[in-house]
Amino acid sequence: MAAQPETVEQVRAVTEQKYKYGFTTDIESDVAPKGLNEDIVRFISAKKNEPEWLLDWRLKAFRVWQTMEEPQWAAVSFPPIDYQDAHYYAAPKKKDGPKSLDEVDPELLATYAKLGIPLREQEILAGVEGSEGKSPAIAVDAVFDSVSVATTFKAKLEEMGIIFCAISEAVQKHPDLVKKYLGSVVPYTDNFYATLNCAVFTDGSFVYIPKGVRCPMELSTYFRINQANTGQFERTLIIADAGSYVSYLEGCTAPQRDENQLHAAVVELVAMDDATIKYSTVQNWYPGNAEGVGGIYNFVTKRGACRGRNSKISWTQVETGSAITWKYPSCILQGDNSVGEFYSVAITNNFQQADTGTKMIHIGKNTRSTIVSKGISAGKAQQTYRGLVKILPKAEGARNHTQCDSLLIGDQCGAHTVPYIESRNRSARVEHEATTAKISEDQLFYCRQRGIAEEDAVSLIVNGFCKEVLKELPMEFAVEAQKLVGISLEGSVG
Amino acid sequence: MIEIKNLHATVDGKEILKGVDLTIRPGEVHAIMGPNGAGKSTMSYVLAGRDGYEVTEGSVTYYGKDLLALEPEERAAEGVFLAFQYPVEIPGVANTTFLKTAANAIRKHRGEKELDAMQFLKLLREKTKALNMTDDMLKRAVNVGFSGGEKKRNETLQMAVLEPKFAILDETDSGLDIDALKIVAEGVNALRSPERSMLVITHYQRLLDYIVPDYVHVLSAGRIVKSGGKELALELEKNGYRDFGASEAA
Ligand SMILES: Nc1ncnc2c1ncn2[C@@H]1O[C@H](COP(=O)(O)OP(=O)(O)OP(=O)(O)O)[C@@H](O)[C@H]1O
Ligand SMILES: [Mg+2]
Repeated sequence: MAAQPETVEQVRAVTEQKYKYGFTTDIESDVAPKGLNEDIVRFISAKKNEPEWLLDWRLKAFRVWQTMEEPQWAAVSFPPIDYQDAHYYAAPKKKDGPKSLDEVDPELLATYAKLGIPLREQEILAGVEGSEGKSPAIAVDAVFDSVSVATTFKAKLEEMGIIFCAISEAVQKHPDLVKKYLGSVVPYTDNFYATLNCAVFTDGSFVYIPKGVRCPMELSTYFRINQANTGQFERTLIIADAGSYVSYLEGCTAPQRDENQLHAAVVELVAMDDATIKYSTVQNWYPGNAEGVGGIYNFVTKRGACRGRNSKISWTQVETGSAITWKYPSCILQGDNSVGEFYSVAITNNFQQADTGTKMIHIGKNTRSTIVSKGISAGKAQQTYRGLVKILPKAEGARNHTQCDSLLIGDQCGAHTVPYIESRNRSARVEHEATTAKISEDQLFYCRQRGIAEEDAVSLIVNGFCKEVLKELPMEFAVEAQKLVGISLEGSVG
Repeated sequence: MIEIKNLHATVDGKEILKGVDLTIRPGEVHAIMGPNGAGKSTMSYVLAGRDGYEVTEGSVTYYGKDLLALEPEERAAEGVFLAFQYPVEIPGVANTTFLKTAANAIRKHRGEKELDAMQFLKLLREKTKALNMTDDMLKRAVNVGFSGGEKKRNETLQMAVLEPKFAILDETDSGLDIDALKIVAEGVNALRSPERSMLVITHYQRLLDYIVPDYVHVLSAGRIVKSGGKELALELEKNGYRDFGASEAA
């Protein structure tokens, strides 16, 4: 629902008076005024009817954030962000949003068609005004289907004691779990963007898998696509109790638009003894047009704690979207024999920039980590792999293997590899391999001679290059991701 | 019918083909021999449409069409196949996937129905068996880690699957052991038909014992300097290329 101008005015007036009359009476409003201050943080917390401890936590984060500066070390550049020039709660729809699919960039629609996205979802993804609230005129089945599918699944999950819901719902219904684990992996002091997220996050997912339970289906944010937009400061918390297993999918292959340029999500994973969490992401936020205008800044903090013995956390990511990606899904390998994995494909085309990688912190004995990073750069894009492998003194017998491959298409793009290795245990073994290659003219001609058109040849060769990572994705996702790889590189040769 | 007329081509500004004339009728097998560096592979690349091989003069008419006006993939779809002298490796792409993509791209171009995975596998198994290739080679990435002979056999398999109208074999016999040579030659012979023509580039008359050509040509310094029947190959084997200005080409 779009905010009424007068509501905005009212809220602004109230905020400017610093809630002299207490803001509880004014929280009927659907939108916070622009800007960021303690009152906005209180406003968000009040809107969500949060307990005192959570508000306190947000406020602590906010106070720390005010003393922090944006990190400068990543190899990305962008004009300064004005953090006061944004709405931090249910920002109104942008005024010039498309009224119908007829007004949407035909190229974007062509991509949806290639990916086989139902019309109704196309409207939502393309940000057609009012598409989230309106009664669906087209593809009614698609909506009702996904709702009913989600409900059926939910019942089944509840039966097994699995909790899968919005984090705001979890705060109300499972406050003890949230309180215990929220911020336990990514503390509110962690980094500029994560700290900002702690102060102003609006929603995200919460998952709890009880002891010994193997989650019988992939849990996917895709089910939430027809629900309210979780916004730019998404917060996800997944806890796998002892002996449990869960596979979680985030994102979708369809290019998503959003009126908010800055996205600063936080994902925290906790795996107890013998538990496994597999977290797969396909990130395809709008990258901006071919000239590099527009596009999302995706500054994400993702971290998993292998707290228990023999626990395992596996990150798989396919990053094709966003104008700028800043992202290092990491594992803290505390439990003895715990395992961390990071499989990544990052594709940058045109003017996209990506600085991504992982951190593997080996604390427990015989901890093992595997890093496979495949970076593909085309156009004028720049990409950096940044990875830290840290072995602490007690990590007897720790092992890491890192494989870092870059593929360049054309001669105006760049790929950089920045490995940091710190080993403080002599028995640890750390291996790092890196390669850089180009799609050769030989390979392209060979494919074309066999009848494969140039763009399909690029897609085939790049998919071959990424195979080790793509095979880690759940089946249905992998097929979509393969198509996406091809689509992301369209126009990169010839 | 394929008619090559006064074909001149340059690579990096250097003229390599200096007026090639050659007519190949449906069903015919022509062998091309000639010293190293004569321009044999260059000619095969020009016919297949490789970037960087610039035609400066002459024409190639392919069943009434101007072959030189087509993109490489269009030529392939029209039935032009080149078995590479140095087959290219494509890491991570399974041989089966590669072949299926190629076969379906060509079928699509021809307005034929694409094959699904089952149909394609069936076709592939038949062809593989005929060439004594193992399934193992199909699952492996295209040419990666293949021995020289395996690569050549793989080229022959691709030809068998894609069923071209005009096949150019660039030294498909080099690197093959005697048994493999027979297998490849049998594969090639099995593909001989009244509609299909072939251009077989080789250094060894031995291959021509198995694949008996209708004509043999000597390409030297960018020109066809002599043509004859299959006995010309025997003559070359005995005397080498010294009568044909081999020194000029070197
Ligand atoms: N990029 C290039 N720049 C300059 N000269 C080139 C280039 N590519 C090929 N040539 C030259 O063109 C000539 C013909 O080469 P080509 O590969 O066609 O010979 P060939 O007859 O196939 O020889 P071989 O029997 O050794 O395979 C050679 O002298 C080669 O050095
Ligand atoms: Mg040659």
